[in-house]
Amino acid sequence: MKKKADKKMLWQLFCSTFMLSACTFGGGFVIVSLMKKEFVEKLGWLAEDEMLDVTAIAQSSPGPIPVNASVILGYRMGGILGSFVAVLGTIIPPFVIISVIAVFYEQFRSNVYIATALQVMRAGVAAVIFDVVLNLAKNVCATQRVLYIGLMGTAFFCAVVLNISAMIIILACLVIGIIDLLFNLYGNKGKVGVTE
Amino acid sequence: MILLFKLFISFIQVGLFSVGGGYAAIPLIQNQIVNVHQLMTMAGFTDLITIAEMTPGPISINSATFVGTQLAGPIGALICTIGCVIPAFIICLLLAHFYYKYRNFSGVQTVLAALRPAVVAMIASAGLSILVLGLFNSDLKSIVFGNFRVIEFILFIGALFLLRKYKMNAITIIFGTGIIGTLAYLPTILK
Repeated sequence: MKKKADKKMLWQLFCSTFMLSACTFGGGFVIVSLMKKEFVEKLGWLAEDEMLDVTAIAQSSPGPIPVNASVILGYRMGGILGSFVAVLGTIIPPFVIISVIAVFYEQFRSNVYIATALQVMRAGVAAVIFDVVLNLAKNVCATQRVLYIGLMGTAFFCAVVLNISAMIIILACLVIGIIDLLFNLYGNKGKVGVTE
Repeated sequence: MILLFKLFISFIQVGLFSVGGGYAAIPLIQNQIVNVHQLMTMAGFTDLITIAEMTPGPISINSATFVGTQLAGPIGALICTIGCVIPAFIICLLLAHFYYKYRNFSGVQTVLAALRPAVVAMIASAGLSILVLGLFNSDLKSIVFGNFRVIEFILFIGALFLLRKYKMNAITIIFGTGIIGTLAYLPTILK
């Protein structure tokens, strides 16, 4: 559960969210991959399952995904104060960078070196996401439940081939999860608490 | 004052109604800024999106800061950013509260367990889009195989190897590919 906020932890939280936000090129799922590396693998603050839950909540709520994820992570680590610190860390870097660039964006936009660096960086960003995905997918397969492995494959197909939005896919899986729960309850004559 | 208030309300709406990440926010910002309040032309808005995509950070925060700075200076930037974040802050705080209150119930765990594989798939799909963008400079639907970029492919394989084998730091990897890749393209740029 929620831990009591101490100064050192809040400072670490601020530094981590600040660094991630400053270095994350691309959409919400990029920062989520980096958050998984930072908070699950490096700092050990969260379990992997928890990070995936946070991602699902962040994706399904209104607002920017990195901000949403920071609010939840911050709350987990230090209550409302923790949320505030994490959000501050997330929004300061883009705020400062854009404030500066807004003044001379003409030069920025037409700079060929910046354009090239941004293009090639995608290869690195993609590698980081693939690394995270390989670990996550391995763990889904380790559950050895056909339902979960099938859901992962189907969801990927729906997103990539059918272009269905992430929100709808997550909502659909929520419904499937509820059905699965009902089956469990029914199958065990109302005994709550059976997962495989 | 009126302008600042207008901006604040506009970005609260953007923050409140953009569900599903940055790209969902773009049409909302366009509607508020270009159509409803006519604070910016379409050309200015296109610049805004280009810049928001080129810089790190969430697209809607980037846009809020950019629009605010352009229209009302640093204070405008602050007002827009705060407006954009407030709805997310309140809603996610509530959701986080309920999540941590109930997540240890096994029933909730069963439901969440079905969500997790989907989240993994979503992250994989985002990764694939970025990889395709990096290797072909286009989206998945309009790949032209002739546009295959060898330098990016080598960078991707190298980066993935360093991440898997040596668990190298992700941020080092991202900036490393940026620097090495730009150096690799230097002959082409200077030609």
